[in-house]
Amino acid sequence: MVGFIRFADALSAWFGKAFAWLIVFMAVGTGYEVFVRYVLNAPTSWALDVSFIMYGTLFMMGGAYTLSRRGHVRGDFLYRLWSPRWQARVDLVLYFVFFFPGVLALVVAGWKYAARSWAYGEVSVNSPAGIPIYQFKTVIVVAGLLLLVQGIAEVLRCLHCIRTGAWLAAHEDVFETEDLLMQRANAAEKDAHP
Amino acid sequence: MTDPQIALLMLGLFILVVFMGFPIAFTLMAMGIGFGYYAYYDERRMWRSFDRLDLDVAGGWEQWRLWFEGFTNNRIFDLFVNQTYTVMANEVLTAVPLFLFMGYIVERANIVDRLFSTLNIASKRVPGSMGVAALVTCALFATATGIVGAVVTLMGLLALPAMLKARYDPRFASGIICAGGTLGILIPPSIMLIVYAAASNVSIVRLYAGALLPGLTLTGLYLVYVVGRSILQPSVAPRPTKEDVPDVPMGRLLVMIATSFLPLAFLIFAVLGSILFGLATPTEAASIGALGGVLLAVLYRAMTWQRLRESVYLTVRTTAMVCWLFVGSYTFSSVFSYLGGEHVISEFVQSLDLSPLMFLLLAQLIIFLLGWPLEWSEIIIIFVPIFLPLLQFFEIDPLFFGVLVALNLQTSFLTPPMAMSAYYLKGIAPAEVKLTQIFSGCMPFLVCVFIAMFLMYAFPQIVFYLPELFYGA
Repeated sequence: MVGFIRFADALSAWFGKAFAWLIVFMAVGTGYEVFVRYVLNAPTSWALDVSFIMYGTLFMMGGAYTLSRRGHVRGDFLYRLWSPRWQARVDLVLYFVFFFPGVLALVVAGWKYAARSWAYGEVSVNSPAGIPIYQFKTVIVVAGLLLLVQGIAEVLRCLHCIRTGAWLAAHEDVFETEDLLMQRANAAEKDAHP
Repeated sequence: MTDPQIALLMLGLFILVVFMGFPIAFTLMAMGIGFGYYAYYDERRMWRSFDRLDLDVAGGWEQWRLWFEGFTNNRIFDLFVNQTYTVMANEVLTAVPLFLFMGYIVERANIVDRLFSTLNIASKRVPGSMGVAALVTCALFATATGIVGAVVTLMGLLALPAMLKARYDPRFASGIICAGGTLGILIPPSIMLIVYAAASNVSIVRLYAGALLPGLTLTGLYLVYVVGRSILQPSVAPRPTKEDVPDVPMGRLLVMIATSFLPLAFLIFAVLGSILFGLATPTEAASIGALGGVLLAVLYRAMTWQRLRESVYLTVRTTAMVCWLFVGSYTFSSVFSYLGGEHVISEFVQSLDLSPLMFLLLAQLIIFLLGWPLEWSEIIIIFVPIFLPLLQFFEIDPLFFGVLVALNLQTSFLTPPMAMSAYYLKGIAPAEVKLTQIFSGCMPFLVCVFIAMFLMYAFPQIVFYLPELFYGA
């Protein structure tokens, strides 16, 4: 069980992080467009399409990674008051009712949608450059599949938590500055009052 | 049950599930699909090919396949995937990851300590000088990064101990940091305004122009309060000794300003200016800002692989959080309005016979209350769209409404039970600073927010002046 959770966490993180680097390409690509437009007076015809394709791919592929790191926003003002066991019990039920239907629909409907697009080699209508977008629509299916795997891992995580009484957190290597600083302050506090 | 009743049930059930703490994006998606499946259910159309099948001839697999095809032939699935694609190809939201990336980079550029110590010296002769320096640092840094938590914690570690050492009142000092750090979601280029623009179809460029003066007005009110209180009650903000703030010759001070204040101010001005003057789209300006942020970090010798990786990974996580919320809410709200929910609410509100002012007050009150338990992203993406169709009826400009909401949501970071800014500060503050002290320090700033909202209402030109100047009425 723990093995699968670790596998899913690693899989989601790998895809999320790999596609996260698109942000650098986005910044450089869009910056390049501004440069050639104003300095060389020769705007590109592809910059707009390429930037939204990168943005869309980035956030869709990051969905499962964000889920594995508990990054999706929750209205957790009550939730955080419960014991981990109760959190897990509630989550377990809600994953089946409010997670899998949507994600399965994403995979099935996305599949049809992308297949149609592949069938006629759809290109973007925004510019005459004819940027293909069928691969972009396929992202919906892949993102849905990643979420599905991560969702199964989250269900197992709930079961694990119900059994042991503590959440099994994903291995974390990056933190928001505020979290990092608060952790440090906490640790310092503990050292001061052992 | 009639369709509109189902729609209200949908909304009620949604709020219930939100209270149970399940990730909201997926709740919206699943409920949109579940209720949508009912709304678009059309037995004849869906199972057309299955019905034509000759059950005696076709094999079991064939029957099952066609039945499943019929089952997924509900138009809700097309709607869902189309709405998902709309979010993926949304031109306005494209700027979100870029501005986040810029924020994460600038936040890691070791800039805030330089900025604070410079402003501390520069403002030495002003009453409440350290408070003023802390507030201006917060405002500037928050504008450049837009990430409230980072600003509050970094400043809490830097400015709070300095102010406490200079015997500032802990309430006063912590209020300044919480309120100042929260300004990042209001003053353009803020992510919150992009999200509002994407949710309301107001032009993001006009919205930035409209929010600029209100943002500065609020910052001004904060400054007036800090300076005013320091004059009237000098004990809360004693004049710093030479030990707290060293004497620095004028030439050295100018160099410090040129290397800390000016680069950041220039970066903000370049990003905002190129948007407002129409030289670049917000997406383009954001990418220039991100590249500028990287340059700044390199110049401050703060750029490492580790920091770049952190910025990249945090960007994808925050972007995914915001944009998946949109994927869910676009689907949810189309189903909600298809079932007639929007119509019921608007008829109900119209039947109340409110004046536009009363409606505005009521809407802002509801948003203020929602800000207690919820975060701005949920409020703007899910709840604000419920008010938007009503604006036309009451002849309220959605731009004006958006700026009021942005001001209003400042309070959601400062009021319990979910006062994120106060919690961040508490998390890093010395143990003798109590949470109640932080809250009571925030209260005067809440009053400033309400005064600012009143000023916007009394003088709408504060909102409309710049958009009309730049882009006409």
